[in-house]
Amino acid sequence: MRRTLAEKILQQFCEEEIQGPGQIIQAGVSGVLANDITAPLAIKSFEAMGAESVFDPNRIFLVCDHFTPNKDIASAEQVKTVRQFARKMGITHYYEGGDCGVEHALLPEAGLIGPGDIIVGADSHTCTYGGIGSFATGLGSTDIAAAMVLGRTWFKVPETIRIDLEGSLQEHCGGKDVILWLISRLGVDGALYKALEFSGPGLDRLSVEARLTVANMAIEAGAKVGLFPCDQMTLNYLQAAGRTGDRELWPDPEAAYPERISIDLDRLPPQVACPHLPENVRPAEELREIPLDQVVIGSCTNGRISDLRAAAAILKGRKAAQGLRLIVLPATPRVYAQALHEGLLETFMQAGAIIGPPTCGPCLGGHMGILASGERCLATTNRNFKGRMGSLESEVYLSGPSVAAASAVTGRITDPNKL
Amino acid sequence: MFFQGKAHKLGAHIDTDAIIPAKYLVSTEKEVLGRSCMAGIQEDWVQRISPGDIIVADKNFGCGSSREHAPLAILGAGIPVVIAHSFARIFYRNGFNMGLVLLEIGDDVHQIDQDDHLKIDALKGLITDQSKDLTLSTAPLPEFMRDILSKGGLVNYVRERLAA
Ligand code: SF4
Repeated sequence: MRRTLAEKILQQFCEEEIQGPGQIIQAGVSGVLANDITAPLAIKSFEAMGAESVFDPNRIFLVCDHFTPNKDIASAEQVKTVRQFARKMGITHYYEGGDCGVEHALLPEAGLIGPGDIIVGADSHTCTYGGIGSFATGLGSTDIAAAMVLGRTWFKVPETIRIDLEGSLQEHCGGKDVILWLISRLGVDGALYKALEFSGPGLDRLSVEARLTVANMAIEAGAKVGLFPCDQMTLNYLQAAGRTGDRELWPDPEAAYPERISIDLDRLPPQVACPHLPENVRPAEELREIPLDQVVIGSCTNGRISDLRAAAAILKGRKAAQGLRLIVLPATPRVYAQALHEGLLETFMQAGAIIGPPTCGPCLGGHMGILASGERCLATTNRNFKGRMGSLESEVYLSGPSVAAASAVTGRITDPNKL
Repeated sequence: MFFQGKAHKLGAHIDTDAIIPAKYLVSTEKEVLGRSCMAGIQEDWVQRISPGDIIVADKNFGCGSSREHAPLAILGAGIPVVIAHSFARIFYRNGFNMGLVLLEIGDDVHQIDQDDHLKIDALKGLITDQSKDLTLSTAPLPEFMRDILSKGGLVNYVRERLAA
């Protein structure tokens, strides 16, 4: 056989024989996700469909993470709608409050996603789970409602761009630098309708959390999925998340890729995306004159424990610059507890950081760190569209946690190697 | 499915915030959303639209968030069809699901000018530019998507399936 990872996974869930890219198929799904913004719309469509039950109450994930703890009455009403629906349908994986974290960090950590799964979510960053070998992609609320009812959906079989990772990551670099570089290379529509598939000798040098960061931003190049194989490292991660029975998953050795890009990790310096598109990427060092008002470390892209460790390693014994707001949002309660246990939170506090609860918060301009006009923020989040974090006249730069931490110290965009 | 109307040209990477800015997401009714269609480009953009008009856009139309308010706002403005060089994929699905006809025609999109009068046979994938005596063709819609469109969108499609 000569199937790409995407084709291999899709074939497991569909009856027709997959011939290749472009084919439209009907496939079953392993899990369906929605959040406090998109679930209410999905529930509305669900009701309009005349549905009375979901296909499987154990395979629907409802995570109220965007505006929680509820920031105002409207968001509280939305969460109430989701909560009532979850109760009525007997949905087991409903999260709000103390066990809730940013959806794309929470579900893999809880062992709810596995390699070879098909996951659809009413959130464009559902593609994060490609980091552990899951064909995971974002859909609109009505598609999600249909998947909740039928347990199936349709896909166009994507063409695959193969990304070969060579060498190993340099000091202070991580998954974010890899994906920012790749987006700058592909452009924001360079992978439209396509799958990205990562492999190559450098794969061993990318931790599972780094792979989740890479896959998270596949959508920022327009991709449908960003897929990593499931290797021994993934299996260890999944086992620690409480899963059993997973197996390695690789593309067929003869699989055909119309396009291949290789990344030399040895020569990749820390990267930063400039306003207002994730493709406007430059090495952090070239932006050292840019002053900042705020630094945010968190989100589904870079709010995991390895990200907080990287930031703390730089902030230890240092202080955030005068007048700069440093906001740290651990992505999940488990990450929060671990950071507490390791003393990272103390390091952040001593550096003058504000430590917030696990929430999307400022990433989508929701709450907990909104920008005024003329303000500039460097964030470890994934989108820097105009107005994304507040005023239409504010600016967002994107980076990994090490650049964010170093920049918080100097008050300007800073390559941590030059700190 | 036949349509005809005047072409309204738009550029590349028209994102969902341009189609319907976040501040208007307080409704899910298409008529209400339609009043602010393309308000992220120009507040009163919709004033220049007559019912039946057709959007003709460049690359990556509808990129950004998965919000369904975007295709709803376009339909609510009275626009039944969007022709583009290419569409962002979540928007593409959402469009069909909401009953908005989307035709992807690549570079041919540059042959159509502002205010050209277009006649469209969506099932056959034929676009006739009557102002130019030009006929452009695109791949006919896959049967499954025709099915969704002919039922008026995914909600009705699933409703019928459940009733069957
Ligand atoms: S952290 Fe940001 S990108 Fe991730 S799910 Fe939340 S709002 Fe979306």
